[in-house]
Amino acid sequence: MSSTTKLSPAAESHLPGEAGVWMFIIGDMLMFSLLFSVFVYYRADDVALFASSQQALNQTYGLFNTILMLTSSWFVALAIHAQRHQLAHLTTRFLIGAVLCGLGFIVVKVFEYGEKFAADLTIVTNDFFMYYYLLTGIHLLHVVIGIIVLLYLCTVSRGPELSQGDVNMLESGASFWHMVDMLWIVLFALLYLMR
Amino acid sequence: MRTLLLNRISIVWVLLILATALSWQFGHGLGFGDAYQYATSAILVITFVKVRFVFLDFMEVRRAPLPLRVAFEAWAVVACGVLIFLYWSGL
Repeated sequence: MSSTTKLSPAAESHLPGEAGVWMFIIGDMLMFSLLFSVFVYYRADDVALFASSQQALNQTYGLFNTILMLTSSWFVALAIHAQRHQLAHLTTRFLIGAVLCGLGFIVVKVFEYGEKFAADLTIVTNDFFMYYYLLTGIHLLHVVIGIIVLLYLCTVSRGPELSQGDVNMLESGASFWHMVDMLWIVLFALLYLMR
Repeated sequence: MRTLLLNRISIVWVLLILATALSWQFGHGLGFGDAYQYATSAILVITFVKVRFVFLDFMEVRRAPLPLRVAFEAWAVVACGVLIFLYWSGL
């Protein structure tokens, strides 16, 4: 391949990060698409119960968390963009911004769960709340794992010079975090907005 | 910094926020009145348009090898279609 060809990456296809991470992402997406379908399927069995239970959710929390996840994902995309422009200090700052949004998401979730527990709305209350805790709980676990990954990427990005392995790690972690964002986008619609 | 922020990624983020606001309004009675089933269908379509933009521009699937792009786009279309079908089947 000539050096001229190498200088035009936009024209080439590019898989960000490791292929194995993409396999994991696809597996996770398939699992969640099954959970989404199960939720809507059982909702169809008892629309009145699901609709009345949904009224007990604080939609503002859901909206706020959606904005936090979208912004966090944006920061991560900007971090990758900065890294490609050799702006290592900005890469780290954007990643820290993403971590802060992720932590904000967890804080909101803690408040939300706290309110539900105080109102005696738990996983055994009814089918809606079973799915609510199951879906948001599994997603929250992804958020926690994602934040740990992002914190690790912060340390990687501060290195004097990134190896190809470091870049792959950055891109893999970023792709995982975007998937976590994408899953929340769907959960927000199903749990908070669907009527 | 300014140059770094003024790019497609940022435009997509703004569009995602605006789409979220639109979904929120549909969820609170905008446009469809009492015909909430149409509002919910619109919310699901907007949701998966958002998902598609996250795939293409944040996850960079737009530049990924074609089979991967086809798989992700197909997932968005099929998931949206299945959820709308299951939703309507319960009405």
